[in-house]
Amino acid sequence: MTTTTQTPAATSPSIIPEQRHVTWAVTLQVSWAGIKRRFFRSLITMSGVVLAIAFLTYMQVMNDIVKSLVLANDTVLNALLQKAGVDIYAADSSDRMMILLITLSLLACLVGIINSMLMSVTERIKEIGTMKCLGALDGFIIRSYFIESSLQGVAGTVLGCILGLIVALAAAASNYHGYVMKHFPWLSVAGSLVISLLIGTLLSVVAAILPAYLAAKKQPVDAMRVEE
Amino acid sequence: MSISEDIIVKASGVTKVYQLGAEAVHALRGIDLEVRRGEYLSILGPSGSGKSTFFNMVGGLDRPTEGNVEVDGYCLQELNQKQLAWVRCHKMGYIFQSFNLIQTMTALENVSLPRIFAGETPAQAREAAAEILTVVGLGHRLTHLPSQVSGGQQQRIAIARALVNRPSIILADEPTGNLDLKTGEEIIHLLGEMKEKFGITVITATHDMKMLSASDTVVWIKDGRADRIARKGEFEVSIGTIDGKTLA
Repeated sequence: MTTTTQTPAATSPSIIPEQRHVTWAVTLQVSWAGIKRRFFRSLITMSGVVLAIAFLTYMQVMNDIVKSLVLANDTVLNALLQKAGVDIYAADSSDRMMILLITLSLLACLVGIINSMLMSVTERIKEIGTMKCLGALDGFIIRSYFIESSLQGVAGTVLGCILGLIVALAAAASNYHGYVMKHFPWLSVAGSLVISLLIGTLLSVVAAILPAYLAAKKQPVDAMRVEE
Repeated sequence: MSISEDIIVKASGVTKVYQLGAEAVHALRGIDLEVRRGEYLSILGPSGSGKSTFFNMVGGLDRPTEGNVEVDGYCLQELNQKQLAWVRCHKMGYIFQSFNLIQTMTALENVSLPRIFAGETPAQAREAAAEILTVVGLGHRLTHLPSQVSGGQQQRIAIARALVNRPSIILADEPTGNLDLKTGEEIIHLLGEMKEKFGITVITATHDMKMLSASDTVVWIKDGRADRIARKGEFEVSIGTIDGKTLA
């Protein structure tokens, strides 16, 4: 509680204190309640990220496994590979079509996050206005939106990586049986997972910027309007 | 510009012009008003009269086209965004018709928000919030969500939230508009009680006759001007009309 002495004359603006920023840690604590209680809603937002990243992970891991199996150059295995439609003479199967598909799915995921966060800004105009009436600065609104959509994005990314890996392993095992574990490319699979994690996190953080900025631009007077 | 010790709000020559396409809409045509410290003031006027516009200016939510609004010694027009946020946080408490509680936060979390914005840690803020919630009679509802309590209790949470930073002014926009008769009365009573307890000035925009009888001063706004200002005893309240004027 600050105590300000009442002055008879209008106070000069230079000596009026400025509202200070709420720290990231406190903002996280404040936003956490909302994230927790909007969990179901968050799951829907997250599902787009989960699917896109699962697809990316699946494509990469599958590619890693096939490459390592082709390199093994085993007669029985080569037959299995050809049966699965792999061109064993062109070992790198990451053709242009695949890159295009992955890019498209990532773009759809980016637009999906932006879209659902923008919707939540519109839904919460009143809430944002109210917070500003209570003394919140633009920075607080930006930070809390940023934290919320980044957390959703990162959680979705981790889930997507796990899902993609499981599906890739199951598909590989059903095609190539025991050979998968015998020639499992641990290093490149780990690398692919890291790439998926990085791309997913980056995407969700980038997607969080625009909605957070727009949210902060809402005016406190919006809270006063009654629209039921 | 000097402002005497017991005047807390001073509006001088406040005008507001909105540009609506090629047409200029004069929402306020020059309002002069002084509000005394510790007073309970009601602003009255039909919709479209400029009542809400004026109310928002006193609350620092809107800027006048011309003229000045001074609140507690601060000339609102001269403040930057961060100073304005500071004044809103420390000097004003807002109460809304539709309560405007954060739905995902408990009563305690809602009330602790202004304290957190003022720079306290969440733990300190919750302590102060629990204290004031007890004062408004909700000590047993601390961990309830807004959706789990009644309308009257939600407005009590909102009043606690408006009071938690010990502001100089409470701005209440139709605080009883969404409440039934009896609950509305209780809320008006509580506002009056808090006004006495904390020495706060209460400014409301209202249609509610019950609210008027609790007021020290009533201001009628019509066509963007302060049509009439009456102190307690100078106006008579009867059902449907005040001094023969029907309410819009």
